[in-house]
Amino acid sequence: MDANTAKFEYVLRQGDNALILSQQLSQLCGKGPALEEDMALTNVALDLLGQTRMWLTYAGELEGQGRDEDRLAFHRDANAYRNVLLVEQPNASYAETMMRQFFFDTWHYFLMQGLLKSTDSRIAEIAEKSLKEVTYHLRRSGDLIVRLGDGTDVSHAKMQAAAEELWMYTGEVFIYDDIDNAMVEQGIAPPVDGLRAAFFEHVSEIFAEATLTMPSPEAWMQRGGKQGRHSERLGYILAEMQFLQRAYPGAEW
Amino acid sequence: MHAPSVTPDQVWSWLGEVPDPEIPVISVVDLGIVRDVAFDGDECVVTITPTYSGCPAMQVISDAVGEALRARGLDKLRIVTQLSPAWTTDWMSETGKAALKGYGIAPPVEQAIDISGLRGGVKRGAFKEPEVACPNCGSKHTQLTSQFGSTPCKALYKCLDCREPFDYFKCH
Repeated sequence: MDANTAKFEYVLRQGDNALILSQQLSQLCGKGPALEEDMALTNVALDLLGQTRMWLTYAGELEGQGRDEDRLAFHRDANAYRNVLLVEQPNASYAETMMRQFFFDTWHYFLMQGLLKSTDSRIAEIAEKSLKEVTYHLRRSGDLIVRLGDGTDVSHAKMQAAAEELWMYTGEVFIYDDIDNAMVEQGIAPPVDGLRAAFFEHVSEIFAEATLTMPSPEAWMQRGGKQGRHSERLGYILAEMQFLQRAYPGAEW
Repeated sequence: MHAPSVTPDQVWSWLGEVPDPEIPVISVVDLGIVRDVAFDGDECVVTITPTYSGCPAMQVISDAVGEALRARGLDKLRIVTQLSPAWTTDWMSETGKAALKGYGIAPPVEQAIDISGLRGGVKRGAFKEPEVACPNCGSKHTQLTSQFGSTPCKALYKCLDCREPFDYFKCH
């Protein structure tokens, strides 16, 4: 794989993570457990969608095959998607939705911080733009983990169960493959060690305040999403998201 | 039409009359969206920057900027979108902040966080919600009710004295 293809894949991964999580959060529009939560979820979805557009537009330019953001979003099937498995986990309960968000936000925040120093100026610009939004997301999701974890017996139990359910999906972002390693070598992406340490440090701090028990960082972790091996669920997410382009290929506003 | 005598200052003043589509009391210049106006030969190049990356108003703003300038006879026009440095509410003018307040939206009350100083910004307790004055009665006895409002750039507050709920334009 040449350097440009590796960079295309790396940028595509960032765009797909933001897109799939945005799509999942937007499915909760009008269904949030409280009006404030509903607005927050959909605003976070909107921020992530904006970030998706920056990533996928750049990915399309790197690839040079004439695919723009829309073509990449709507004309790829599940095995061409490069998002991590964490973001395709279901909105099973509000506890799981918020736990998924907190894990994602924490990693996203430290990754964007690392990408600020990317040798690729376009990536550094997208990270700079995203980081302000992600900071706000992480403050909110961290607050909610503490409020719900250190809340009632019922909310505590639900948050602990959600953490244990989702834990095996937190490791994939730290399992670097040839593409990730090529990005690190070129100074495009941050090395895994610092990123991983920052992630677990922040999660353990928030969990301690939330009176939750953090599962072991050494636990066995799921992998495969970054290479296009997804759960069945991604197919359903895409079927809904891509409905219009599948029914009317090439339709435009 | 050709407007050879137009100066960047003239273009800035025209853009100062283009309202934000979502909050029409503030212009795109007062909001800090317009970053540069320059002439490349006889082509006018306007550089704008998005507020929030997903803000649906950006396309409308770009179109409105183009329309306003073409209406003044500036046919050779290019609108460039620039991401870095990322937009901050620190670029909002005092005129803009006063207009927001008059419209019932509390303006950003402090300098936005310095991007390099964010490390402590997500630690619990490192960040304190700012003291926001009620745009209705001026009381600082107010409370955050929702971290997000009707748009990504706003949060919801309520005044504990006059009981009025209001929007707060967040520092960003």
